[in-house]
Parts: sequence; structure tokens; C-alpha cells
Amino acid sequence: MSTYILKRFLQLIPVFLGATLLVYFLVFSLPGDPIVALFGDKPVNEAVAAKLRIQYHLDQPFWMQYLLYLKSIFTFDLGQDFSGRPIAAVLGEVFPVTARLAVMALVFEAVFGIIFGLIAGLRKGKFFDATVLVASLIVIGIPIFVLGFLLQFTIGVQLGWAKPTVSSAATVQDLILPAIVLGLGSFAYVLRLTRTSVIENMSADYVRTATAKGLSRFRVVRVHILRNSLIPVITFLGADLGALMGGAIVTEGIFNVPGVGNRLYRAVLSGEGPTVVSIVTVLVLIYCLSNLLVDLLYAWLDPRIRYDS
Amino acid sequence: MTDFITLDPAPAPVPGKGDTVLEVRDLSVDFGVDKKWVPAAIALNYEVRAGEVLAIVGESGSGKSASSMALLGLLPSNSRVSGSVKLAGKELLGANESNIRAVRGKDVAVIFQEPMTAMNPVYTVGAQIVETIRLHNEVSPEQARDRALRMLELVELPDPGKAFKSYPHQLSGGQRQRAMIAQSLSCDPKLLIADEPTTALDVTVQAEILDLMRNLRNKLDSAIVLITHDMGVVADLADRIAVMRRGRIVESGTATEIFHNPQHEYTKALLAAVPHLGQGGENDEDVDVTAALAAATQAEIQAIPRSELLRRERENSAALAAAETVKPQGEPVLELTDVAIEYPKQGRVPAFRAVEGANLAIYPGQVVGLVGESGSGKTTIGRAAVGLLPVAAGTMKVVGQDISAAKKNGRQLHEMRRHVGMVFQDPSSSLNPRLPIGESIGEPMFLAGVAKGAVLQGRIEALLDQVELPRDYRNRYPHELSGGQKQRVGIARALSLKPKLMVADEPTSALDVSVQAKVLELFQNLQKELGFACLFVTHDLAVVDVLADRICVMQRGRIVEQGSRDQILRNPQEPYTQRLLAAVPLPDPEKQRERRELRAQLLSGAN
Repeated sequence: MSTYILKRFLQLIPVFLGATLLVYFLVFSLPGDPIVALFGDKPVNEAVAAKLRIQYHLDQPFWMQYLLYLKSIFTFDLGQDFSGRPIAAVLGEVFPVTARLAVMALVFEAVFGIIFGLIAGLRKGKFFDATVLVASLIVIGIPIFVLGFLLQFTIGVQLGWAKPTVSSAATVQDLILPAIVLGLGSFAYVLRLTRTSVIENMSADYVRTATAKGLSRFRVVRVHILRNSLIPVITFLGADLGALMGGAIVTEGIFNVPGVGNRLYRAVLSGEGPTVVSIVTVLVLIYCLSNLLVDLLYAWLDPRIRYDS
Repeated sequence: MTDFITLDPAPAPVPGKGDTVLEVRDLSVDFGVDKKWVPAAIALNYEVRAGEVLAIVGESGSGKSASSMALLGLLPSNSRVSGSVKLAGKELLGANESNIRAVRGKDVAVIFQEPMTAMNPVYTVGAQIVETIRLHNEVSPEQARDRALRMLELVELPDPGKAFKSYPHQLSGGQRQRAMIAQSLSCDPKLLIADEPTTALDVTVQAEILDLMRNLRNKLDSAIVLITHDMGVVADLADRIAVMRRGRIVESGTATEIFHNPQHEYTKALLAAVPHLGQGGENDEDVDVTAALAAATQAEIQAIPRSELLRRERENSAALAAAETVKPQGEPVLELTDVAIEYPKQGRVPAFRAVEGANLAIYPGQVVGLVGESGSGKTTIGRAAVGLLPVAAGTMKVVGQDISAAKKNGRQLHEMRRHVGMVFQDPSSSLNPRLPIGESIGEPMFLAGVAKGAVLQGRIEALLDQVELPRDYRNRYPHELSGGQKQRVGIARALSLKPKLMVADEPTSALDVSVQAKVLELFQNLQKELGFACLFVTHDLAVVDVLADRICVMQRGRIVEQGSRDQILRNPQEPYTQRLLAAVPLPDPEKQRERRELRAQLLSGAN
């Protein structure tokens, strides 16, 4: 197993290089001159602009810029963003907020998705199942910004059960509503996946064996059906953690969360290559690591999957 | 632990003399399909006594499984059950859920058909057995563990401690079935329901499991309900037999009565349809395989008087001497010289050599049976012969062409395949479900450009006639056909290009015996009429015996013995061939008793 983990870590290297190169190239190709944009409405001071270009290596060709960027990563000196703050400090500020948001969303979608999916699967074709299926379809069908504004207005503004916007501290309490909005789409998928998986496993031979052994229905479900049914669900949840981290832009916009999505959005608009690439690099690493975690969980849940044979 | 009976050998009880354990009266089972009740079992009556094996025999759809699952309330929710099921005088039908649960696994245990899927893949074998024991007995985890280990020992697993810690996928099919049996027996059930317990296993493993069940029956004095379609298994184990057809028991009686004096038409037909190793095809002489094996291995059989055995052995060797060896004529249609076949490397999985040093020739008009157990490489040779797998070493000539070096999907293989037809094992998945069967049959001819338009339609109709399907079936889809009909379509498709060589890979193993008999007969007639050469791959020696001129026996990637039917059946030389022949159960209780004794001697001699 340890050689497997080592192999997976080595695989991170090409993924890391490829992802950073691709993102760096995309930012490089953005139209417009970021330094000119920096001056806004004021007339451009050529001397200052030239100095800034040198500081951000914008006078160099693309390859040189990319290599210099790689060097900055490995020397742990990410440089500064256009407002002059160290990028490392920016990352340290936004990532904890988004991580909190994403983990809360993940917990929400996992707990409720699995519980609802399990009940629906066990009562296939009954009223609860039909209701939940239709409701999940509606959730999947409505775009997240519509859902976000809807919940923000009803629960946050009209009912006042939760704060409609997030304070700069972004506490757990502040993030409950945004986390639900962020996790709703995946919640519907988790629910449907669990339901299908449970239904499939209910007719499995070993479930009949378990019943024939004299186990109670509860124990058959808890011990024999649930664990087998969770295998595909876990895979989805792991991959989803990365998606939640990177894909919170809309939700963070609606609730004004000072997180990764917000900062990334601003960096893209102002063409701050190093900031964009730094954020994306961390996201790529999170993606890879959460996938690795999923594979390990998979092996733990399903002994048939042997990695180091 | 006081509840557990001892596992020490007790004096063998006389079968059928114990108390009645199970009494079934007017048991009916219906399934709700499209808001209508469709009967699966109708007014069944039977009883089983302690130490007795009742075999419920029938073909698929006869209701044998459904009625037995109904005893424990294991049917899906769209079913309804009526009648009375009494276990040691206590009514089970209509009993409340917790009472039924107390009976399940404790008083009545089930051995299921598929050892591959019947145990939960994510828990160890030991954990699953311990779960059963602790559920029904007030014992500590350690006591349950000891008990589980003893059960694994009882079912003769080679290393009980290792099996305890293994996950089901780490055990072979036979070991898994033993573990399943250990679990079923772990609470000393009064009644054991065995639902096709050996169907998914190889013959030699099947013979071992049957021995095991017989020994356990003698030791534990449980009643056994054996559900099976296999008359050989029935002859080996059953004391009494109930024959089911379309939900009803058409005939029941002792094993001797049913096998030697069947009353009902269906029983007679069923027994006639069972291929009988040694009986051969219509032009073949009967071979006394037991005597042949006894002669080849110098075994003594107590069940047969010595003079009688000698007489049978003499008869056999005379027949072997008289058997004329027909000189093969013409160029071989398929010729393998020192062939090795590999499954190519896939990603991190290294290449696997499935066949090594195979020599084999099939001449025009010959049928060669390739037999072996799972993993022996028989299917691999079949697939390589149509160019689906590359030849790693040696030369393979098909219809005169050397294809050993042919490129995958190259022109040469393309040309060669026009002369080779293939019939696959599973008729349901080898036909495209979205094509009417007429198109499936016509496709090879259309693609090869040999016929189109009205000529093609005419050919399709002629082929349907040949496989004895009505012409108007051409517009039907595969799901509208029965298993036997689908396999007829598969044969018609394989014949459509008038092949010189036919490769048939277990074409009848998915079919019921009576259907199998008809398909085999059709196949045999077509072969005689059209004269194609055939490589017939199967695990079933009895089927090979019906069809083949020559028999090749494979074991672990090698052809261990080959020869004419007479040579192999009358004078098997290789120990593996002998073991294989001895493991095939005969559908006749007396002859099977002789065979069993012979097999026991063979095995003890081998050790």
C-alpha cells in the first residue's frame, strides 16, 4: 500500500506542472494590458509602468515568465499581487474561509444525501421515494444563482433565520446558508446515487444470504447493504470536494464570502497572472489529494480492490 | 456452547427413518406481474425426515427455487404464499417476523447457488460466520471464533485459519462454497436447503462438495432439501426425489423408483435428455467408464463382484481393440504446433500465458472436443483459433493459412474469418438486442459481400429452416425468443458463410437439459449434413461424448491427453483424465455408487 501512495504522489508532479503551465498560458493570453488597467482612469505614467512591468516580469517572453514563476514557487516566495500584498498572505487569508465553506457543504450533502437516498432506496416506488426524486430533480434543474438568491431572500431576509450575508470573519454560523446553497446540487446527486446503489444492492445475493441467516432488517441494512452502497457515493464525494473548493465563485458572490472564488474572480479581471496561477495551483493540489484520499477509502471499503498486488 | 451438538462422528443413521422435520402441505406461490398473479408453485405436498435428502428436480421456471425460498419467507415482496409449512410441528407460514427470524439460520439454513456472490464481498469469511453464530447463540466473541474455525475445519478447508481471515474473493469457487456450507451449518440446523449448491463449480470440485454434503448428512443427521436440475447430482445424493414441472410436482418417489421406473411422461423425457457419459451419440457403442477406469488404475471395487468387474473390463478392452481407427483425410482445417497463447499485458497487469505447448489437428468433417475445468485454457484456444487472441509462440494454421504472425484486425485475419464460424456460450448476450434476428443472421453474408437483396433474404430463410426455426421469426428481436431458440439463431449465424471450421464455445451450457438435448441433436445433424470441422469447447464430458470424434483433455494451459473417443473413455492414461472421468456423476444411483467408490480409491491412491 505504501508503494501505491508513493506512486500516487509522484503522479502529482506531471499533473502539477501541466496544470500550472496551462493556467499560466491562459492568463498570459488574456487580452488587454494589466498594467494599463492598473492605472484605471488616470493617465499612464510610462516610467512607473515600465518599472512595474519589470517587477512582474511582464517584459519577459512567456517561457521566461513561467520559469520565473516556478522558481518563485520552489523558493516559497510567491511575490506580490498588484496591490502590493504578498500573495502567500492572500492565500492564507482566503483558503481557510473557502475550506470551511466547502467542508460544511460536503458534510451537509453527505449526511442528508445518504440518509434521504437510503430511505428512498429502501422504499422504492413509495410516496417518500417519489417525492424525493421529484424534489431532487427540481434542485438539479434550477441554476445555483437562482437558488442562492431565493434562499438568501426567503430565509435570510424575510424569515431572518440566518444572516443573508457573511461578515469578514466568515464564522461557521455565517456560512450555514451559503454552505447549504453550495451543497444543494451535489446533495441531489448524492441522494440519487445512494438510492440507485441501495436498490441494486438490495437484490444482491449476499443480502438474501444475510436475511437467510436470520439477521434483522435493520442489521441487514446497516451492516450489509449500507457499506456496499457507499462505495460509489464516496467516490463522488471525494471528487466533489475539489469541485466545491474551486466552484464556489457564484455562491461566494451572492453571499459576499471573502473566499477563494471572490479573490480569484478579481484576479482574473485585473489580469494578475501570479495570483491566479497561485490560487489555481493550490486548488489543483487539493483536487489531486482528495482524489488520492478517495482511492484509499475505496480500498478500505472494498477489499476486492488491491492496489499493490 | 451447550446448545452445540458434538461434531464427533456419530453412528450413521438409517436414511429416512428419522422424525419428520419438514412437512409441506398445499404450498402455493404466486408472483404479481403486471397486476396479475402468476403461479410459480401450485399445491405442493412433501415431507423430509431427519437424515434424509429430498431432491426437488426441475428445469428453469419449474418453481423449484421459488417454492423452497418460500419456506423461509425469502421471496421478493411481489409474491404471495399460501398453504402450510411445518417445521418439527411448528407452522412457519404466517408466523410473525421475529419468530421467522429465529428460525432462519438456526433451525433452517440455506446454501445458495452462486458462491461468487452469495457472501458479502466486504467482510471476511470468518466475520460472516461469527455474525451468524453470535446472532443465534449467547456466546462470547472468542467462543464464536473457535466455533467458526471448527466449522471451517469440518468442511475440509485446507487452512481454516487462513480461510477465516480471507475475503470471499480471495478463495476459489470450491473453497467459497465450503465456507458457505460452514456458515450454514454453524448453528446445527435441523433442515438444510441447498439451492443448486454445485451448479457453478467444476466437476471435480462438485464431486468433492457432494462427498462433503453426504458426510455431513451422516454426521449431523440434518434433513436436506436439495434443489437441482442435474440428474447426476440427484443420483449421487438423493434418497427421495420430487420432479417439478410448471409449478407442480408431477412425480415423487424414492431415488431408485424414479430412476428405474419413472411413471410420468415428463420424468421419462427428462431422464432421456440427460447426457450420459459413456453412452455416446446414436452410432456409438456404450462405454462402461467405471470398468475402464478400474482397469486403467487397477482399482478394486467392493460394490461389484470381482468376476463381474473382470468380465466388464474384458468387454471393454475387446471393444477398444475392435474400434477401427479412421485415418483422417485431407489437409487439417485447424492445426496447432507447439502453440503458446498469451493474454497481452494491460497497463500494470503483466501478460498472462494461458496456453503452453499445445499440439492439435482437426481434419475436415471431424469434431474435436476440447474439455477441461475453468482456467484450463480451453476457451483461450477457441478464441485464438478465430484470431481473437495473438499466438505468442509456435504455429497455428487455420484453413491452410498460418495466422501465428497475423496482425490484429489485419487483412489476413479478415480473410480467414470468412471460413470460420463461431457459436458463443451465452446466447442472450452474443446477439445484438436491437437487431431483428434475421439481420443478425444475414450480417456476416452482407459484410462479406456474398449476398444481398433478395438472394440474402433467401439465404436467411434457408438458414432459419436449417436450424428449425419458423421463417417469420426473422423479424423478431432476441428478447422475444427462448434460450434454446436464441442459440439456434447463434448457430444459424455461424453457418451463414458456409464455414470450413466451426468453433463452438460451451454453446449449450446455459440451457436446460431438455433444450440442450435438442440443440445438440440439431448441431450434430447439421454437422453431418454440411460436413464442417468443429472445435467444440466444453466443461461437460458427457456433451463431448455425444458429439466428438476426438477428445482433448486440458489442464492448466496444457493438453494432457488426446485421442479418439474410445481411447479416452475406454483407456484413459493420464491421472488427470482419470480423475475428471471419475468425477462426472452418473444419472443412475447404483452405477453412481460404484463410480463413487472408484473415485475414492483413485484419490486415496493419488495421495
